[in-house]
Amino acid sequence: MSLDTVFALWHTLIGTIADVVPIVVIIFGFQLLVLRKPIPHMGRVIAGFVYVLIGLAFFLEGLELALFPLGKLMAAQLTDPAFIADIAGVAKQMAELDWKDYYWVYLFAFSIGFSTTIAEPSLLAVAIKANQVSAGSIGVMGLRVAVALGVAIGIALGTYRIVSGTPLHWYIIAGYIVVVIQTFFAPKLIVALAYDSGGVTTSTVTVPLVAALGLGLASTVPGRSTLLDGFGLIAFASLFPIMSVMAYAQLSEWRAKRASRSN
Amino acid sequence: MVVIVFFQLVVLQQPIPNLGELLLGTLFVMIGLALFVKGLEMGLFPIGETMAHAFARKGSLTWLLLFAAALGFGTTVAEPALIAVAEEASEIAAAGKVIENTPEAMESYADGLRLTVAVSVGFAILVGVLRIIRGWPIHYLIIAGYIGVIIMTAFAPPEIIGIAYDSGGVTTSTITVPLVTALGVGLASSIKGRNPMIDGFGLIAFASLTPMIFVMGYGMLI
Repeated sequence: MSLDTVFALWHTLIGTIADVVPIVVIIFGFQLLVLRKPIPHMGRVIAGFVYVLIGLAFFLEGLELALFPLGKLMAAQLTDPAFIADIAGVAKQMAELDWKDYYWVYLFAFSIGFSTTIAEPSLLAVAIKANQVSAGSIGVMGLRVAVALGVAIGIALGTYRIVSGTPLHWYIIAGYIVVVIQTFFAPKLIVALAYDSGGVTTSTVTVPLVAALGLGLASTVPGRSTLLDGFGLIAFASLFPIMSVMAYAQLSEWRAKRASRSN
Repeated sequence: MVVIVFFQLVVLQQPIPNLGELLLGTLFVMIGLALFVKGLEMGLFPIGETMAHAFARKGSLTWLLLFAAALGFGTTVAEPALIAVAEEASEIAAAGKVIENTPEAMESYADGLRLTVAVSVGFAILVGVLRIIRGWPIHYLIIAGYIGVIIMTAFAPPEIIGIAYDSGGVTTSTITVPLVTALGVGLASSIKGRNPMIDGFGLIAFASLTPMIFVMGYGMLI
């Protein structure tokens, strides 16, 4: 480990601590001034905070070393006009490229959506909590995979939207309609958790990579503006997990019913 | 990680630069996640739940709602992802001639946007906590929020829509999520007649919905 790495790790740790300061101030302020009770297991809680901070610093620094430079470079290479024209085979002009010629981009969007979501720490936290609360009937890995599939489909569709240049709000409104319909058919226990999983998917890992992909794509495809079309991928990534988690619950309910009927 | 290696070698057919850094980074990611999970169980989950129980025992709704709003606002206003998005948004606004193209005008626009999102998250956690206490079914509130988003989309300037939709996703950070989740579950389990599974979750959902509406409102006002 070089000195640079240690230094960068330290820098990230300071940054993470700065993010936590407002939270700590609010918690301890209310605890001491309003609730006026000592915090039980104070030492343990503080140790827990320290673990979270050091853990996040290592995690972010690891991403910075391993994933981000390469991921961003690849998002740029895959959306490079030369690469896409080359894959398309015939020497087509950029303007003549069909949306189908971007298939590597969709595949990359799908896989990057899936893998970054599996690695997302906040999703892991919610999955652990859901597993505890549901007394084990919601599996940690099952929920993470369901959410990751949702994000993957969402981002792949989002890149298609950028390539085809169709307006964002129609997709989102259509998504809302599907979510509302699903809500009435999904098992009641899962609904709140499914809504939550939309918001937790996109944080530390997913946002930088997905943003790089969106902006790169919008600057490559002819007729798209980075400013107007580069955004919106995160919105897709927050909407589709809601559907996939409810679908996952419906599927497991249906399978449980079928199993009990055959007995 | 596998995805990156596959695309780099097979699709783009280029060697991987800095293999050593890649391996070291992977190791860091694994150590980091293990420590994070340990810290969750020791620190963030217990403090969220004990505070929820303490507020429920104290029985003061005002203080609880104030705490909820402060937590939502305080954790969002300093969120790095939000700061980045707000800066990009100010560039778009300047390019679209919505505001003057000067650093001062852009900065005040970005700060205003950041405050708007933070206020909306504070409001969201407040409403979410109220929902847990009263036991309102979540889907009516969410559907009302969706209708709000759709109505605002029809009136908001087109430049802001993409950013507004994205701002819903970036607000909730890695430390906020476990804390808020533990708070919700703790509240639902200490109030009689509430099911932690049905009523305890859902705070994050509100926190990702209200910023969309508030940011579009901000775009209409400026």
